[in-house]
Amino acid sequence: MSHPQAKSITTVFKKVIIALSGLGLVGFVVVHLLGNLTLLRSDGSAFNAYAAKLEGLGGLLAVAEVGLLFVFLTHIGSTLTTKKRNLSARPVAYRQWKSKGGDTPSNSSSRNMAISGSLILIFLILHIWQFRFGPGMSQGYVATQGQEQIRDLYRLVVETLKNPLMAAFYSLVMVLLGLHLRHGIWSALQSLGLTRPRTLKPLRLAGAVIGVVLGVGFLMIPAWIYFGVSN
Amino acid sequence: MPKIKLNLEIWRQKNAKSTGAFEPYQLSDIDDDISFLEMLDLLNEKLIKEGKEPIEFDSDCREGICGSCGVIINGQAHGPLQATTTCQLYMRYFNDGDTIVVEPWRAKAFPVIRDLVVDRNAFDRIISSGGYISTKSGPHPDANTHLIPKPVADKAMDDATCIGCGACVAACPNASASLFTSAKISHLGHMPQGQPERSRRVFRMVRQMDLEGFGNCTNIGECRAACPKEISLDTIAQMRRDYLSALKE
Repeated sequence: MSHPQAKSITTVFKKVIIALSGLGLVGFVVVHLLGNLTLLRSDGSAFNAYAAKLEGLGGLLAVAEVGLLFVFLTHIGSTLTTKKRNLSARPVAYRQWKSKGGDTPSNSSSRNMAISGSLILIFLILHIWQFRFGPGMSQGYVATQGQEQIRDLYRLVVETLKNPLMAAFYSLVMVLLGLHLRHGIWSALQSLGLTRPRTLKPLRLAGAVIGVVLGVGFLMIPAWIYFGVSN
Repeated sequence: MPKIKLNLEIWRQKNAKSTGAFEPYQLSDIDDDISFLEMLDLLNEKLIKEGKEPIEFDSDCREGICGSCGVIINGQAHGPLQATTTCQLYMRYFNDGDTIVVEPWRAKAFPVIRDLVVDRNAFDRIISSGGYISTKSGPHPDANTHLIPKPVADKAMDDATCIGCGACVAACPNASASLFTSAKISHLGHMPQGQPERSRRVFRMVRQMDLEGFGNCTNIGECRAACPKEISLDTIAQMRRDYLSALKE
């Protein structure tokens, strides 16, 4: 049996796209955090070696970057159109609106996903511009690994995060990332229909814990470098 | 019996086309054992005596089972209590001298008809798009020919308790009708009679829900808190499961 209705992108289907792309990005965030933990070795050699290894992947890295960009654009595009629909769904705002609370996922995270997401996006543009397209070996950021010369990305990270403004902004965004994921991970499972009456609450709790742990994990890095690493 | 005095700020709107505004009212000598709707009745009697237009609001059974009544009271659908319709909200939950703001449900799909009354035909159109079983009912089948596990029957019954009041839409920051639509899909989808049209039903009802201009669910859960029948959020997950498995067909 074919369903002509199935061809249009419904709100339910759009949430599936948001959920899948979101979970993909969570996977990226986990890998990114694990890689960044090498920053905690204070001579920076581990981090530089890790970065050099990634750069050494060449074509594979390019494919990964394009893929990641695609996932990001999918997530951003589908959430933007969802937000647009949702803004138009209530043309006259309430004079007063108050959460009814209770045992529900309604909280500052779930109600402000667009705000946290937008700020993370602004951060992302800055972050990529600072590090992916930032100064490299030709600008004197050179470290030696054995007999090889590699990009001293560690020095760039330390210089950037020693700037109090940058450290504050990076920290703020990591808090927002934690808040975004506090709702996002569970919400993705719910959008994919993976929650059951019995697993609804445990999954909500697990998603929130994983989200907050990822946020705190990233938050450690600017804090560690700003307070812990000497120039 | 304690009597209280209230300051009310109530949305007045002549018809769908006019722009409404809040009007202040004062009402004293309110017995705190009367319901919120009875309080509005008292106010209307007073307005009629003063030769003014009474405030229009919906109500029918006044025992919490019909889904007719429902207004936003101080920013909350059906007022401050959980699992309660406006008609079952009693004045003892308010204090003497309180100011209460009363607004209609607000959503593009629920246009205001007059004052606190909104047009909820969008819900009816969602039901007529697929929220039914089109088999001949015929005579009753013999008992126990269709064995349904108790938890499944309970879940179907829980979802069937939806009275279609629209509080889920009103409370949702996105004005989404997902809790209503999913309850109406799920209570049939759990029963053997609902199986033949299960895929068609979910596609049609979701599509109609979208066509009506409701927002998209972002899993915030305000609907669950506002629902007088406490329909669970996993009902929305069930709708998505049904949708995805119907896509595979």
